[in-house]
Amino acid sequence: MGRVVVDVMPKPEILDPQGKAVAAALPRLGFHGFTGVRQGKRFELEVDGEVTDEVLAQVREAASTLLSNPVIEDVVRVARAEEHDGAAAEAVSA
Amino acid sequence: MTTRAAAAPAAESTMSGARVGVVTFPGTLDDRDAARAVRLAGGEAVTLWHADADLRGVDAVVLPGGFSYGDYLRAGAISRFAPVMGELVDAAKGGLPVLGICNGFQVLTEAHLLPGSMIKNDHRTFLCREQVLAVENADTAWTRDYEQGERITIPLKNQDGQYVADERTLDELEGEGRVVFRYEGWNPNGSRRDIAGITNAEGNVVGLMPHPEHAVEAGFGPDAPEGPRRGVDGLRFFTSVLRSLIR
Repeated sequence: MGRVVVDVMPKPEILDPQGKAVAAALPRLGFHGFTGVRQGKRFELEVDGEVTDEVLAQVREAASTLLSNPVIEDVVRVARAEEHDGAAAEAVSA
Repeated sequence: MTTRAAAAPAAESTMSGARVGVVTFPGTLDDRDAARAVRLAGGEAVTLWHADADLRGVDAVVLPGGFSYGDYLRAGAISRFAPVMGELVDAAKGGLPVLGICNGFQVLTEAHLLPGSMIKNDHRTFLCREQVLAVENADTAWTRDYEQGERITIPLKNQDGQYVADERTLDELEGEGRVVFRYEGWNPNGSRRDIAGITNAEGNVVGLMPHPEHAVEAGFGPDAPEGPRRGVDGLRFFTSVLRSLIR
């Protein structure tokens, strides 16, 4: 079974109210020195068998049509989980 | 005859027999209020179901408010791909009057029928209040019965109400007179340039965050000079579209 990871972040020029809320909570809990927080989304798409180039191409298309809204968000990563995210993928499938 | 004249907009449109569809998605909340508003304005409300790729031959469509698909992914992002939306997008491009209220506005932006998008309110909380709006374009299918520059009061209730778009798009909207409503007095959510509602270039598709369908019957609307809860400033959205259809 293969897995593709897609990371989506709010565009830098778009205010990120969730990130701002987290940034304000950090010092209240004693975590100091963080000047900003941006909160994005991580998707993990599973397929039977190998993650082929065709699968990646499909995921890229889904990432730009459904998973993100280009008006407010950027797709910052589309990658095979095995290659770039081995530990996380293993932990999830264990 | 004088009584008839006083009730002119509604009475006239009853005779038009215009049918206005109201779409229900899973998680839609305000479909029944929207249907009631259509009836109070003198039209026939037609129930449309998200999973049916069928507009049932309606003359106009309202996408009501609520939290379709729980706002999962992004508000309106999953609804935009519902079977009913395929025909709706084509029909809207062909001139069918479409009104998106709140979540319906979010669906229209996700479907690219209107530019821009909505993100969380800048104060990060859900907000429910009676909101004053300035009518900036009284020449759309849904605003003909208003006066240019008129101030109206209708409810506003949302969490993701902050309208955003890039500067070029905002300049275009302003330049072409496509800002239909602006928040008056106070910007309740951080929307760019106080924008509360916009239209497409043709004026048949209108989207706004506040809720006209909750201000259509005395006794159940916002407070008004005539008395508490007597505000009916939202009713003319629906008489406007009925009048547009008679033309």
